[in-house]
Amino acid sequence: MTPLDHIRNIAIVAHIDHGKSTLADRLIELCGGLDAREMRGQVLDAMDIERERGITIKAQAVRLNFVAANGETYLINLIDTPGHVDFTYEVSRSLRACEGAILVVDSTQGVEAQTVANAYMAVEADLDILPVVNKIDLPAADMKMARDAIEESIGIDAEDAIGVSAKTGQNVPLVLQAIVDKLPPPTSAGEDAPLKALLVDSWYDPYLGVVILMRVVDGRIRKGQKIRIMGTGAVRDIDRVGILTPKAVLVDELGPGEIGFFTAAIKDIAECRVGDTITDERNRTAEALLGFKPSVPVVFCGLYPTDANDYNDLRDSLGKLRLNDASFHFEPESSVALGLGFRCGFLGLLHLEIIQERLEREFDLDLLATAPSVVYKINKRDGTSFELHNPADMPDPTHIESIEEPWIRATILVPDEYLGAVLQLCTDKRGEQVELTYVGARAMAVYRLPLAEVVFDFYDRLKSVTRGYASFDYHLEGYTAGDLVKLDILINGEVVDGLSQVVEKSRAELRGRAVCEKLKDVIPRQLFKIPIQAAIGGRIVARETISAMRKDVLAKCYGGDITRKKKLLEKQKKGKKRMRQFGNVEIPQEAFLAALKL
Amino acid sequence: MNTTSAGPGFGVYVHWPFCQSKCPYCDFNSHVREAIDEPRWRAGLVAEIGHMAGLAPGRTVTSIFFGGGTPSLMNPATVGAALDAIAAAWPVADGVEVTLEANPGSVEAGRFAGYRAAGVGRVSLGVQALDDAALKALGRRHDRAEALAAIALARRHFPRMSFDLIYARPGQSPAAWEAELARVLAFGTDHLSLYQLTIEPGTAFHTLHRRGELVLPVEDDQAAMYEATQVMTQAAGLPAYEVSNHARPGQESRHNIVYWRSGEWVGVGPGAHGRLNEPGGTSIARRQERAPETWLAGVETQGHGTAQTETVSGEDRVIEVLMMGLRLTSGLSEADVQRATGQPLDAIVPPARLAPLVAGGLLVRDATGLRATAAGLQVLNGVLARLL
Ligand SMILES: Nc1nc2c(ncn2[C@@H]2O[C@H](COP(=O)(O)OP(=O)(O)OP(=O)(O)O)[C@@H](O)[C@H]2O)c(=O)[nH]1
Ligand SMILES: C[S@@+](CC[C@H](N)C(=O)[O-])C[C@H]1O[C@@H](n2cnc3c(N)ncnc32)[C@H](O)[C@@H]1O
Ligand code: SF4
Ligand SMILES: [Mg+2]
Repeated sequence: MTPLDHIRNIAIVAHIDHGKSTLADRLIELCGGLDAREMRGQVLDAMDIERERGITIKAQAVRLNFVAANGETYLINLIDTPGHVDFTYEVSRSLRACEGAILVVDSTQGVEAQTVANAYMAVEADLDILPVVNKIDLPAADMKMARDAIEESIGIDAEDAIGVSAKTGQNVPLVLQAIVDKLPPPTSAGEDAPLKALLVDSWYDPYLGVVILMRVVDGRIRKGQKIRIMGTGAVRDIDRVGILTPKAVLVDELGPGEIGFFTAAIKDIAECRVGDTITDERNRTAEALLGFKPSVPVVFCGLYPTDANDYNDLRDSLGKLRLNDASFHFEPESSVALGLGFRCGFLGLLHLEIIQERLEREFDLDLLATAPSVVYKINKRDGTSFELHNPADMPDPTHIESIEEPWIRATILVPDEYLGAVLQLCTDKRGEQVELTYVGARAMAVYRLPLAEVVFDFYDRLKSVTRGYASFDYHLEGYTAGDLVKLDILINGEVVDGLSQVVEKSRAELRGRAVCEKLKDVIPRQLFKIPIQAAIGGRIVARETISAMRKDVLAKCYGGDITRKKKLLEKQKKGKKRMRQFGNVEIPQEAFLAALKL
Repeated sequence: MNTTSAGPGFGVYVHWPFCQSKCPYCDFNSHVREAIDEPRWRAGLVAEIGHMAGLAPGRTVTSIFFGGGTPSLMNPATVGAALDAIAAAWPVADGVEVTLEANPGSVEAGRFAGYRAAGVGRVSLGVQALDDAALKALGRRHDRAEALAAIALARRHFPRMSFDLIYARPGQSPAAWEAELARVLAFGTDHLSLYQLTIEPGTAFHTLHRRGELVLPVEDDQAAMYEATQVMTQAAGLPAYEVSNHARPGQESRHNIVYWRSGEWVGVGPGAHGRLNEPGGTSIARRQERAPETWLAGVETQGHGTAQTETVSGEDRVIEVLMMGLRLTSGLSEADVQRATGQPLDAIVPPARLAPLVAGGLLVRDATGLRATAAGLQVLNGVLARLL
């Protein structure tokens, strides 16, 4: 067991793309964690979806052995975290397992919105921060600008922040030595104290079953031990204890300050909530650790299996995914148009997109997603009020006294030349300016905005009007009453409940028209013509018609063509599973996604 | 004629897999060879006809079709030998229809007399287009003058003839097609096959199309051309009897109707397909080796070049019976459905599923059976997708 003063538990935090995962690669290499054959770029981004998109979604822990300048070996537990705002919950949980954080800042970009947000989170969690300025190999690198920005906006001493290139490896050994010299070791009541460990993360492994990542605070954990998960009261025998190098390697036991995993034949995923405390059943600790703040989903959408027979599969898969992502919520719901499914809550639109894609890939499910929505507070005439998660459940307007919607406070950092476009965008989105200041050469605009407006195409538009040079962060501020109405979309005269949305009254017609036009584009011509309408409280405000298909027949079909042409038909028949029937009309899933993107 | 309760007959299809060059739109089993040993091929076809006779006893041949490839590259003696072998293998009906596909090159036309003497009574000429630029774009070896000469010559030699045209070609406008079709109808032929250009996977056109270098007319123009075709052929006395086939009443291709009515035929030669039906809605599908040399080796060593034999039944059989039968303007008769699937029409297409398509004016269901309306025929893929 490693003595406490030879352990460092460190999270790497930064704004998106500032090079956390690449720096982690270099640190792993220097410590010989993986050999050249096993190494690849951003090796900790293990999921396909992370590799394809080039972003980290899941925090990932890795244990390293570092021989420091004094010739002694230190055990470094490194947690690489995501930078995107939708995955902040991963960061906050990771920080709770660490005593120190490496704050990476891209020397060509300087401090960005998530740099500030993550640094504050680390400070709040009582972590010491080691600033590191990255990408010094680039011609546009500006050490001084980066150091000044760190001092100015975060208020920590960045005088001797190390400048590195995570790409070439330049100066990275200095970072390892600084981790040992400047960041604190863990503290503990000792290895003989009753076991007390923090449940940091969990996931489902097809071979190992439920795997739990934990940080031992006091005591020891070993195979065969009977443990108790304090919050849920579950009692289990430990099957395996191990560490991630990042390969899973079994060890005999783990002691104070160490990070590792265990399995314990856990079947019910409800037993292991992240943030819970693990103790020894026979020698319990008196006091549980402070749990995690539960995450609050801000965007909701309905997820339905395209094939109703997959409902149970979907439920099981959601459970497994939730095990791996505590920031994701779901509850059963049913829709007239879509059948049985789930209302799911997410931390943002990217989160929604990622979860949907993971469900389809990792669990081989075909899904239909309804338009995303925020949570509204409905105050009824009879004095009662409730939270509306699904616009389709909106009561008749005559019963409604007022509708409140969530507002956020957004901080946008942007080079001066794009400021005009950003202000215009915020105004378009019903934003109210709170503050406009400068951080170095960059403008910092603080706005109040309705979350619903941000949920729609805010990110994409911000990115395009600033050519990607703006950074954006927000937090929920509270609810404000607004002039809101429910907009219904009718296809073939039937309301498609999955497409209903709550919108500000003055914009409802415009939105209705946009949705109708979009649907006209994405719904393929069919055998019969299809009317598409948008309605507010029974009044039609927009209308489009998809004309009937005019020509769709094989010109040639003789004896030798039968087998091949029949296969085409069968393929078409399979494709129908992804379609939803509305009277005479079949709507492809893409239509829902396209309406979502508006 | 094809709605009577009489069966669709029994056909023999003979495939000749060689062409002088490969057309860029064509996905038929055709191959270009410097030279072939025709006597060996003749013997091969004869041998396989004998083999098929053993598999399909008790039938009377009502139609024979030499398809390709380019069967008009065959020596008339080879055609004659095949016809003799067929006559030796099965009883042949009086007035049997014997068709040969011919390319309208001058060399081929020189053999017309020989084919007629061998017993061919009907030719199907691959004219494809009536202007030189279009023929060139389609990669054809013949020009307009040769096509016209071949048509005239074929008329003189054969009691029945038909020719093929490909329309909705890149750059072709509805007006241009109508003008071309008007000239075609002026020839006064009894049968026409008018195909909209189809981009088939694996062809040169497919690659060009994918790259955006070949652009087909838009859907509305394609539809307009198709609709004009129906009106004009009808007015000229050659109404459609199938999606792309038009004939004066009584002049339909009996052989092709066997396919559309899910009847029986044997396929001889490389890549040929055949079907033999069994009572109760089962059909045995045979496919011969596609590669000419592999097929020939098979025939020479084991008497046949069959690559695959498959049993088609149940849902599978229903799909193909509907897919083929609804292509005919006369549709599917109760009797044909019963014979081919072993089930009544109402069992294979539940009336509830039919209802919206009938109400929408795409299908007609009456005492004789089920058929697509003119509007339904034009969107048959969509109709089938809804039916299945
Ligand atoms: N030139 C240069 N490029 C770098 C350096 N470090 C990282 N990059 C590049 O920057 C991009 C983002 O790097 P990542 O390591 O994935 O960034 P990240 O901070 O982990 O990103 P998220 O996890 O999505 O927040 C990649 O294209 C890297 O190759 C560096 O030192 N120099
Ligand atoms: C077996 S093929 C060709 C017969 C003969 N070798 C010829 O080329 O004239 C029969 C007919 O199918 C038609 N055809 C072939 N490929 C086609 C395609 N891709 N699209 C439309 N029609 C096609 C042509 O009209 C052709 O004449
Ligand atoms: S279209 Fe006719 S001539 Fe051209 S390659 Fe095909 S079969 Fe041969
Ligand atoms: Mg990363």
